[in-house]
Amino acid sequence: MSTTTIDHAHDHAHGHDDHAHDHPVGLRRWLFATNHKDIGTLYLWFAFTMLLSGGVLALMIRTELFRPGLQFFQPEFFNQLTTMHGIVMVFGAIMPAFVGYANWMIPLQVGASDMAFARMNNFSFWLLPPAAILLASSFFVPGGATAAGWTLYAPLSTQMGPGMDMAIFALHLMGASSIMGSINIIVTILNMRAPGMTLMKMPMFCWTWLITAYLLIAVMPVLAGAITMTLTDRHFGTSFFNAAGGGDPVMYQHIFWFFGHPEVYIMILPAFGIVSQILPAFARKPLFGYASMVYATASIAILSFIVWAHHMFTTGMPVTSQLFFMYATMLIAVPTGVKVFNWIATMWKGSMTFETPMLFAVGFIFVFTMGGFTGLILAVTPIDIQLQDTYYVVAHFHYVLVAGSLFALFAGFYYWSPKWTGHMYSETRGKIHFWNSLVWFNVTFFPMHFLGLAGMPRRIADYSAQFTDFNMVASIGAFGFGLTQVYFLLFVVFPTIRGGAKAADKPWDGAEGLEWTVPSPAPFHTFETPPTVK
Amino acid sequence: MLGLSLTAAGFPAWAAEAAATAPGTYAGSGGPVIRELNLQPPATQIASEIYSLHTWMMVICLIIFVAVFGVMFYSILKHRKSLGHQAATFHESTSVEIAWTVVPFLIVIGMALPATRTVVGMKDTSNADITIKATGMQWKWGYDYLQGEGQGISFLSNLSTPRAQVGEPGIEPSEKRGDTYLMEVDNEVVVPVHKKVRIITTANDVIHSWSIPAFGVKQDAIPGFVRDTWFKADETGTYRGYCSELCGKEHAFMPIVVKVVTDAEYKVWVDGKLKELAALAEDPNKVWTIDELKTRGEKVYNTNCVACHQATGKGIPGSFASLDGSPVVNGPKLEQIQTVLNGKHSGKFAGEMPSWKQLSDTDIAAVITYTRNNWSNKAAENIVQPAEVLAARK
Repeated sequence: MSTTTIDHAHDHAHGHDDHAHDHPVGLRRWLFATNHKDIGTLYLWFAFTMLLSGGVLALMIRTELFRPGLQFFQPEFFNQLTTMHGIVMVFGAIMPAFVGYANWMIPLQVGASDMAFARMNNFSFWLLPPAAILLASSFFVPGGATAAGWTLYAPLSTQMGPGMDMAIFALHLMGASSIMGSINIIVTILNMRAPGMTLMKMPMFCWTWLITAYLLIAVMPVLAGAITMTLTDRHFGTSFFNAAGGGDPVMYQHIFWFFGHPEVYIMILPAFGIVSQILPAFARKPLFGYASMVYATASIAILSFIVWAHHMFTTGMPVTSQLFFMYATMLIAVPTGVKVFNWIATMWKGSMTFETPMLFAVGFIFVFTMGGFTGLILAVTPIDIQLQDTYYVVAHFHYVLVAGSLFALFAGFYYWSPKWTGHMYSETRGKIHFWNSLVWFNVTFFPMHFLGLAGMPRRIADYSAQFTDFNMVASIGAFGFGLTQVYFLLFVVFPTIRGGAKAADKPWDGAEGLEWTVPSPAPFHTFETPPTVK
Repeated sequence: MLGLSLTAAGFPAWAAEAAATAPGTYAGSGGPVIRELNLQPPATQIASEIYSLHTWMMVICLIIFVAVFGVMFYSILKHRKSLGHQAATFHESTSVEIAWTVVPFLIVIGMALPATRTVVGMKDTSNADITIKATGMQWKWGYDYLQGEGQGISFLSNLSTPRAQVGEPGIEPSEKRGDTYLMEVDNEVVVPVHKKVRIITTANDVIHSWSIPAFGVKQDAIPGFVRDTWFKADETGTYRGYCSELCGKEHAFMPIVVKVVTDAEYKVWVDGKLKELAALAEDPNKVWTIDELKTRGEKVYNTNCVACHQATGKGIPGSFASLDGSPVVNGPKLEQIQTVLNGKHSGKFAGEMPSWKQLSDTDIAAVITYTRNNWSNKAAENIVQPAEVLAARK
């Protein structure tokens, strides 16, 4: 108790000259953080830690798959690796990273002094570390971590050991965190915009996050329902997914994918937002078709609720359902196409420069669109049935999740880190990071299309020798990609935080938005008096 | 392990047989080939429709790719600040925006329409000549010929690749891998060419998926439910696929092999198989000697039990129970008979003992006798006769 008091006095002595409010330091600053920038930073570090952990799991997978045969891991442990890689990357890395960007940037972009519910903001972050600890420690309980695949299909999930229960609780925590984060984002955007900042003047990043937050609130409870039913099937004798007791294993898949497909857009819409901010800044030309971008984002979100069963064509649906879900899925290509065309029209006749944020944004468009094409191909039911659960699907979703979401996150880091740290990153190192990421990404995932077409199933610990060559290429690429991200941490992130050229308030001459009107680094409190937007 | 090597010993003869009935005009190998860049060569009408659909999609996507990225890279090269290009100020154009909403819509319809016919065709499982039920089990397939020529045939189909070719973590494989590594089985499904074969899928434990890429067939096998699919092979040959739904630890090790033969060959196979089954349907009241049961039990163990309980009988701590020193194996025999027949979910292990009802009385009696006399086990009740298993089934 006395320590706390001393700390408090210490804060008062040193914290007062800069800031109007008490500004705790050390552990208390982070544990009790209510400032949106501090919480944003916590989210970003959490997400990056999880990205590297999930990356280690991925590299273990690729090590085992370098050659046919079992060299390093038993198949049951291999299944734990693929499962945990998926859960860690989706719920631990990509989603929290976007929430981190939202925390940092949304108040700055709409001219708000902070997020609407500062203490809930703290709680929604601090639910994540316990979830991560549950996931990590589940490797050490009897039977190991859950090995049912990140989709946790019943009834395989009812066969698992306590690692499965730990994963269920971790997902509950992360789900609750996401819902609270979303409520905060919606209320901040709807209620705390600066005078004059109408909805249709908001930066695209705020728009995409607003829509994403609604998606999250709509579907996270659905996931919670599915995994709670799994939990009661496992321990309390219910039979939701057990045919012997009158349940239906396929019902789990319907519920899961009713969450799972909007989830895909939860992970990509904020990425669209980031790219839509960066392209105009470096083309020195306003975003083309702002209104149609907003409508396209909303259409994608609405369509995402009526396409879920395209993940389930091989479960044996009636022909009418197969046709409905094929047509509905293909429709998503229309608004997505509008976005890509708008981006290219934004670049068209601009005055472009290619600093690292722009490189990642253009790289995003190029590689993400390839993932879009394979998505279109997979939407065709007969082709999907041929390729379901093969490496083609693995290639497809890594093209949209790594080259899509992750590249956009990198683009956003290079774009906004001058505002966060007050320092400019090294352009040369940024370019090394970009080109290595782009090349190694394609070396890793492009050959997987061929493996999938030839019929190699996913989630297998060992494969027929015919698949060896492309697997070797993919494994080499994976290590290149992994090392590139270590380079990013050691040679870009740390040096930029510690020092580097002083960043101007507005380091990009084409950038627009309220975030560039505050000093770099952004002071602890910004927009205490709301700015007026003309 | 021994059982697997025994099946491997029979493998060259089987391979020669496959070569003898080698396909006439079918271009593929029936499975994947090295550095394959496209779908496997189709061997059915549906598979060739899928193949053409995929080609059609690739052509459209390639055209869009070249058009869209042609514009983008032209812009990247020409509209640069370093070339002194001044930024234009336009930021919307209703007509252009309507055009690039409507045109993709039409393209998408053009992609989906030709697929519609194939979807309807794939689902038409009526008027089949032969109906076969495929049952997914951890980790093998069971086949029952339900209707048509061959009705009554029933067998299990296990991976026949010896573990010595797979290796183990830290232990190099001691045998050279064959061309059909992980896609060869002890009993393949045999069907006649040019006949419509309906496959009914179901599963005993978790979801599996029955798939032959060259046929364009993939159908999940769902416990407690039946689903169906069909194929009509155009050419004789041996076609290979894998279980395509994560089903636990040995998911990579339960392939599917379908051998398509001529009508005459099929008749010969059916005759042989039915005779074989009749011979196997032993009198459950026959009294066996302990040595006969142990020898047979070892084979049964190596085919069905070794994946979980291991050759050492020690299982895998936390996942699969140890039989060596187990109180069930060394205790009263009735409890062990019940466990093998009905399965057991003690909750102590991540894995669950499935029911083995589908094995014959003799096989169950043999494998129980084997476990009771092997490793360090010296059970007091050291022999189980088929009649006792039969009695316990009631």
